[in-house]
Amino acid sequence: MNAPDQTLLTVEHLTMRFGGLVAIDDLSFAARDGRITSIIGPNGAGKTTVFNCLTGFYAPTVGRLALRRGDEVLLLERLEDFRIARTAGVARTFQNIRVFPKMSVLENLMVAQHNRLMRASGYSFLGLVGIGGYRAAEAEARDLASYWLERTGLIEHADEEAGSLSYGGQRRMEIARCMCTQPTLLCLDEPAAGLNPRESAELNELLLFIRDEHRIGQLLIEHDMSVVMEISDHVVVLDYGRKIAEGKAAQVRNDPAVIRAYLGEEEDA
Amino acid sequence: MTDTLATGVNPLPAAFRDAALTAVVAALLGLPLVGFHVVSRSSGMVLEGRVWELATAVALIFCGRLGIVLVNSGSAWPVLACGGVAVLIGVFAPMPGVFLSVVCVAGGGLLAARAGLVMLRGKSGMRKIQARIQSSGTALRGMGAYLGPALIAFAVALPFLPFADRQVIDIGILVMTYVMLGWGLNIVVGLAGLLDLGYVAFYAVGAYSYALLAQYFDFNFWICLPLAGAFAAGFGILLGFPVLRLRGDYLAIVTLGFGEMVRVILLNWTRLTNGPDGISGVPRPSFFGLPFKRRPPEGVESFHQFFGLDYASIHRVIFLYYLILVLALITNAFTLRIRKLPIGRAWEALREDEIACRSLGINPTNTKLSAFAIGAMFGGFAGSFFATRQGFISPESFTFIESAIILAVVVLGGMGSQVGVVIAAIVLIGLPEWFRELQEFRMLAFGAGMVLIMIWRPRGLLSHREPTILLGRAP
Repeated sequence: MNAPDQTLLTVEHLTMRFGGLVAIDDLSFAARDGRITSIIGPNGAGKTTVFNCLTGFYAPTVGRLALRRGDEVLLLERLEDFRIARTAGVARTFQNIRVFPKMSVLENLMVAQHNRLMRASGYSFLGLVGIGGYRAAEAEARDLASYWLERTGLIEHADEEAGSLSYGGQRRMEIARCMCTQPTLLCLDEPAAGLNPRESAELNELLLFIRDEHRIGQLLIEHDMSVVMEISDHVVVLDYGRKIAEGKAAQVRNDPAVIRAYLGEEEDA
Repeated sequence: MTDTLATGVNPLPAAFRDAALTAVVAALLGLPLVGFHVVSRSSGMVLEGRVWELATAVALIFCGRLGIVLVNSGSAWPVLACGGVAVLIGVFAPMPGVFLSVVCVAGGGLLAARAGLVMLRGKSGMRKIQARIQSSGTALRGMGAYLGPALIAFAVALPFLPFADRQVIDIGILVMTYVMLGWGLNIVVGLAGLLDLGYVAFYAVGAYSYALLAQYFDFNFWICLPLAGAFAAGFGILLGFPVLRLRGDYLAIVTLGFGEMVRVILLNWTRLTNGPDGISGVPRPSFFGLPFKRRPPEGVESFHQFFGLDYASIHRVIFLYYLILVLALITNAFTLRIRKLPIGRAWEALREDEIACRSLGINPTNTKLSAFAIGAMFGGFAGSFFATRQGFISPESFTFIESAIILAVVVLGGMGSQVGVVIAAIVLIGLPEWFRELQEFRMLAFGAGMVLIMIWRPRGLLSHREPTILLGRAP
């Protein structure tokens, strides 16, 4: 694992164009390990696009995305999406939740441990005939899953269909599923959207737990300022694809450029 | 269906209107389907009207519909009358086949019996019965644990049951072949969620692999079986590479095209495949080296000699039956096992949400390819069985309709359900075979089976899914 507080992710000159539309314009920032970095901004500022570039769903037009894992530095823009998750260890949740609805909650978390279990089952060949350490690996995977189910308060629902969970439950399950991949960087796309105040307070606790106990660096997109202000160690503010401010939460909140972006500007000149 | 009794309105006029409308639709449909037939005369072929049959059919449908509507609104007497009329028509009116008379009498009898029940028990009793019928699907699921072993036991015992003559065993072989194909396709469609409309191509590859290897290299069945599976899997990968980035409808169209391509190649590559004339004299399987022949060639012992039995041609049929049974059960065991392995869970996850799978580090291409290849492999096994059973294969046997039937077996059985596939195969394949005497109307039984399943269980016979792993903590 990385030494705490080291730079985990460096984004340099990230630019994403869709035809004539510039969704992200020359964005640079860094996220540190074991810290929560928030990306905020008004609707359409390009926050989710940053995530999609990071996780390989879009290939950035220009820019370098460097992730440190141990002693290695991986350039994410050169990796395919599933390899970013597998080799670089970037896990993400989705703005509009993506669970496997017909599968049970526990199965969802087992799927997250696919690559490890595939190796243990000898790429299915040994597992089919029952040789090798697949049983032990599966039991271990189940323990990890139940650990995170316990943490997210879903242990009671482990054998139910994931699609039958409440909205908040599905959001927490997505986070638990990400943690089961044992990530180096956790990207959360509006995890508090649609949650009631009690649920979003629980979410804060969960994210702080992940930061403090597991020392996992997190990248957070959020509209809910109560979440952002309370738990962020570092805030990056985007507007129209450009970074307009950066710093501690309290510092950013009073930045005139940020206030202008959120509240609009009076036309007087 | 509106409950007219509740509003206190006389249900008869509405019911008559409904029944009349149904009869008109039936008449319109029946006119081209039933209304004419071609008669061969000395002067050539002539179209002849069949007014009487058409009228009977329309009258029957009118009675039946009236009966159903009235039963739903709780009027027992008219229904009893309707049922009675249907029975009478069934007994006295001329029918194109005995079977239709039977359907007519049975349908009318059922309606009448139901009306009688309503009169005896009152409406609430009827509701209960209806609720029980509705919940029988759930009961079926509960029975699932016993249903599987019971079906296997029945299948194993079938050739020795008293009613099992040659025809029954032949139907058994046919149903089993479709069960195996259904289970193979279930991996692709049911688990991995890839809509494959060209599955018959792999069936064809398996059949031709065996026939050609046997013809050119004189390989026997037991060597060819794994080879056929391997070839089919190879074709699965070959097809899979370019097309698996497609999804849903697009994938369906490309696989459909692939299925036709294979058939057209088999049809036109005359030097290798003998084209439309097909390959005849495909060697029959031996019982691990013991052939099923009355007089085996010099120096070879035949099956009946080895076991000291009298020669009977049914031995070979029974052997074929057990062969396909074992092959099908292997497919089943394989599927049940692989579902609990990470690859099986990844298939199902891919069916549910591909983007989420990517974000969890699952390689979608490899995962889909493996599903495609394994499904194709079982299709290949079934194909080589088909070749050895028929002794003759031609491209005619591998048309699109076969793919459609196999897919129907999977979808109507309930995607991903193993027992569902068996029941659907029995209903869709077994029924039309039993009704052979109906000749061209035989496929009516196929259609009826489909419609019944759609009405009764619109999401497939057994659409319930058991989790592959349980935490085992009761909530």
